[in-house]
Amino acid sequence: MSWFEKLVPSRIRTDAKGKRTVPEGVWHKCEQCSAVLYQAELERNLDVCPKCGHHLRIGARRRIDVFLDPEPREELAADIEPVDILKFKDSKRYRDRLAAAQKKTGEKDALIVMKGRVHGMNIVVGVFDFAFMGGSMGSVVGEKFVRAVQASVDSQSPLVVFSASGGARMQEALFSLMQMAKTSAALNRLQAAGLPFISVLTDPTMGGVSASFAMLGDIQIAEPGALIGFAGPRVIEQTVREKLPEGFQRAEFLLEHGAIDRIVDRRVMRMEIAQMLAMLMQQPAPESA
Amino acid sequence: MNPDYLEFEQPIAELEAKIAELRFVAEDTGVSLDEEIEQLEEKSRALTESIFAKLTPWQVSQLARHPLRPYTLDYVAHIFTEFTELHGDRAFKDDKAIVGGIARLDGTPVMIIGHQKGRDTKEKIQRNFGMPRPEGYRKALRLMRLAEQFQMPVLTFIDTPGAYPGVGAEERGQSEAIAQNLKVMAELKVPIIATVIGEGGSGGALAIGVGDHVMMLGYSTYSVISPEGCASILWKSADKAPDAAEALGITAPRLKELDLIDQIIEEPIGGAHRNIDGVTRAIKNALVASLNRLQELPTEQLVETRYERLMGYGQFNDPTA
Repeated sequence: MSWFEKLVPSRIRTDAKGKRTVPEGVWHKCEQCSAVLYQAELERNLDVCPKCGHHLRIGARRRIDVFLDPEPREELAADIEPVDILKFKDSKRYRDRLAAAQKKTGEKDALIVMKGRVHGMNIVVGVFDFAFMGGSMGSVVGEKFVRAVQASVDSQSPLVVFSASGGARMQEALFSLMQMAKTSAALNRLQAAGLPFISVLTDPTMGGVSASFAMLGDIQIAEPGALIGFAGPRVIEQTVREKLPEGFQRAEFLLEHGAIDRIVDRRVMRMEIAQMLAMLMQQPAPESA
Repeated sequence: MNPDYLEFEQPIAELEAKIAELRFVAEDTGVSLDEEIEQLEEKSRALTESIFAKLTPWQVSQLARHPLRPYTLDYVAHIFTEFTELHGDRAFKDDKAIVGGIARLDGTPVMIIGHQKGRDTKEKIQRNFGMPRPEGYRKALRLMRLAEQFQMPVLTFIDTPGAYPGVGAEERGQSEAIAQNLKVMAELKVPIIATVIGEGGSGGALAIGVGDHVMMLGYSTYSVISPEGCASILWKSADKAPDAAEALGITAPRLKELDLIDQIIEEPIGGAHRNIDGVTRAIKNALVASLNRLQELPTEQLVETRYERLMGYGQFNDPTA
């Protein structure tokens, strides 16, 4: 007991035991710096550790919520559902995996597309939900991406897509591979319409998603520390049989190697994107929020 | 075990060895063994037919990687004239896992781009086992642009385990290189015909595989991931590769059924390497026929049809449609 506590009358001492029984979910330990953070504060900080700046992964709905202006918002192609074309079965059936992912996330598939505004500017936004089968790209993701491009062209507004994906969805086999060609092809239409596409690479963006539309942004942005690449680090390690360099395939590594334009902190992402888009669209600077 | 034959082909190898032995004896002794030899040859044919009549997808994927299988340059030498190889991506180096150049197909100038595997150990290493790095895709892209500039159709030959998973490949932007090809091929203003001749391995294959007409040799495969890779991720064991091969539906007949490819070029029983002349003729005929058809289309229609075809990929349920 410290000298101070000795001076404090016993009736206002707090019971050490009682202190530990905090409700679950109130505290969060940063996986990077191990700082114990108050959940509410972390949320106010857009799930960026206030101590070390580590960007935690965030869900798709929350991402949209903190990115778009509150009004207006219109979700596009929300009803498109995946089908088990091949009756694919590994240790589990694809059908069952889909049902479990839908139950867990409340989403139909791994990409959400919305029309909305950022700092008053009309945009179309696509956001991957990594919690839905690792954000993997199958037929639905490919189709919704194309619908997002169409919506951009129809409304003459720019496209912003936040990727978070392990790559192509194996359970849809070659159909998934073809989504790489489909999504990349669609971007030609956006380009022809003179509309910008900002691709935001978040943790992680790998495989077939990174090797298609995600690397075809007119401007390529990444969140700090995001893992971004084609082949997974474990596969590369097995192939080359050596330890990978420090920070390999992280956002900072990509910036260093000239693969992306900028690393942008999540807390200023909204403003930066609005400013860039306004310049690219030859519009006045957005009013600061 | 005879290395020229796969494990499931070993009974054929044994018969063939017997036939060779009889021939040797006949030559050596002058005794006519024609009747016996003929009988064994008939037996070997029947055996081959019965084995090849019910190949599993896993067996087909082994055939697609058969060490004797003809590679891109083997076909190029047989099908085209005046092949002139063009090298390099103009930025970093010449990736020998992808070859390209101009040539004539029945007199028509065309651009050829294909994956290339090596035959002996030295060449295998040089060609990186047919696994391209970004500079390979960028060389391919450069050649496609060149083809467009001079109105030459692009004919690609796909045969790769996949893009090379290496540190340098990532540093030089493997993803971007593949993605760029997909985007450019979608709107290239000349006909593109892609033929899978061996392994169609994932993004590394697709990066030269977007086209107006996609063909596969009878015992080639095309897949989003190798059966081994898929098995080790989804089954947690590479030993389940035969199951993964089955589930992924990687064979030509299955992919034709799913409407993901346009045409199957049948191979002789035993595989392309047992009768390269026959396969060559079949590929050439198929190329000439589809090229004739595609060259009749006005450029705008060609590109639009290709776009519609790409947009049609995928199956899903849209309740509002």
